[in-house]
Amino acid sequence: MFTENEILETIDMLDNRHLDVRTVTASLSLLDCIDGDGKKCAAKVYDKIMRVCARLVPVCDSLAARYGVKIVNKRIAVTPVSVIGSASGDFIGLAHALDRAGKNLGVDFVGGYSALVQKGATARENEFLDTIPQALSETDIVCSSVNVASSKTGINMDAVGKLGKIIKDLAYRTREINSFGCGKLVVFCNAVDDNPFMAGAFTGLSEGECAINVGVSGPGVVEYEIKKHPDYDITQICELIKRTAFKITRLGALIGTEAARELGLAAGIVDLSLAPTPAIGDSVARILESIGLSTVGSCGTTACLALLNDAVKKGGVMAASRVGGLSGAFIPVSEDAGMIEAARSGALNLEKLEAMTAVCSVGLDMIAVAGDTTAAQLSAMIADECAIGMINNKTTAVRVIPVYGKTVGDEVNFGGLFGTAPVMAVNGGAPDVFVNRGGVIPPPIHANKN
Amino acid sequence: MKAVVSVIGKDRTGIIAAVAGALAERDINIEDISQTIMQNNFVMIMLVDVQNSSVPLDKLGEDLQKAADSLGVTVHVQHEDLFNAMHRV
Repeated sequence: MFTENEILETIDMLDNRHLDVRTVTASLSLLDCIDGDGKKCAAKVYDKIMRVCARLVPVCDSLAARYGVKIVNKRIAVTPVSVIGSASGDFIGLAHALDRAGKNLGVDFVGGYSALVQKGATARENEFLDTIPQALSETDIVCSSVNVASSKTGINMDAVGKLGKIIKDLAYRTREINSFGCGKLVVFCNAVDDNPFMAGAFTGLSEGECAINVGVSGPGVVEYEIKKHPDYDITQICELIKRTAFKITRLGALIGTEAARELGLAAGIVDLSLAPTPAIGDSVARILESIGLSTVGSCGTTACLALLNDAVKKGGVMAASRVGGLSGAFIPVSEDAGMIEAARSGALNLEKLEAMTAVCSVGLDMIAVAGDTTAAQLSAMIADECAIGMINNKTTAVRVIPVYGKTVGDEVNFGGLFGTAPVMAVNGGAPDVFVNRGGVIPPPIHANKN
Repeated sequence: MKAVVSVIGKDRTGIIAAVAGALAERDINIEDISQTIMQNNFVMIMLVDVQNSSVPLDKLGEDLQKAADSLGVTVHVQHEDLFNAMHRV
């Protein structure tokens, strides 16, 4: 029998500290759906998703009731559409097939309207990139990502330049909903093949047929534990975070294993990320503040985030047999009550966020900037993040929303888990010449390891 | 297959009877039970065997909460593996 304290602690975490499973994501290969006829390809994609993922939502609902654990999102991630659709070139048809299948199954998002162009893009991949604004503005639950850089290949500046224009176009096309289309597009350096989190989830070419990947969420639990121990020194705080991360991760591993077993699919990875929501008591920023900062964004923020990120990984690695995805602490501005408050008050700016992305996953995430931010500025912002990721051998990303018609000081509400974003200032100056040069930033010398 | 039933709320007459009765009606055996008052809250924890239960585990929580609703207590029913996972290495 378990002790009363163990049982009550678990119930308290689940009921009062927002401990939940953020996502159960079925990672599905669509390689066998490739067809030179666009309509046939879309039909194969739709049928395969409907067949393999038919029971994803009911199984998750049943597990949630059995363990008394909330599973916030059910998602599907597929092989990059640029690969599946290259034979026909009908990428938009595939976007609609993904949207329709996802909606019919009742999942929250389908990720994989993606391309991997870190070294170069084929003619078809360039065509694909041009379809992203149309695809994301005509669908509701399809998410897109583009890997434009890696530590091994360097930064594809042609793609980086293109993405700035794509983001602007997407912002305009979705201007009626605060340019939210851009919230469904992530630009990566060192994208991972088994990420369960959106908008960046896709099924990498190294993956098997179908696996269940899980992402947990428990910033509120970590914050609560730290607040109970104002007398702890930093070494003890790290130990405390490790122990808490262990418990959180074990919950995710259990749900992932059971979901895979019941669905007859492979058990994939547990992503060790702490994912916040805009709810009070579910914030990564508040963890940093509970360590001893008056506000996130102050000096010391990067150090606190570094120790948090590392301790979460160390605690989590022992708790799951397979760890992967992005694994770290997420710092999306609009999705975190503490981040929103700090951005609103001016305590947190884009430069501090950029520094924070050097020590955690994933990058400049869910950041609203003024609608008149230029495509070149967006591209240069992406290039900066890619440089951090490339040099430090880590994943970085940019999910930025240049909100049409809005300016610094305004605030936009994206609704639900996407939260509220104060429009943040972008440093002045024009990087147009740099961005328009095109070409490749070569990989760093330490990429040549063979 | 075992589950942990926890009942938390304000102490009053009949809580144990209501929950135990509802379990018996569904052919669920109570293997271990502890009850205490913590910070003025009534806390009862049971380990139950749901092998022969007439309702699936994912519906049991809802059933027990209905049975105990009029008593003003909160009932959780959770598969024991949750606690094994989180509290045992």
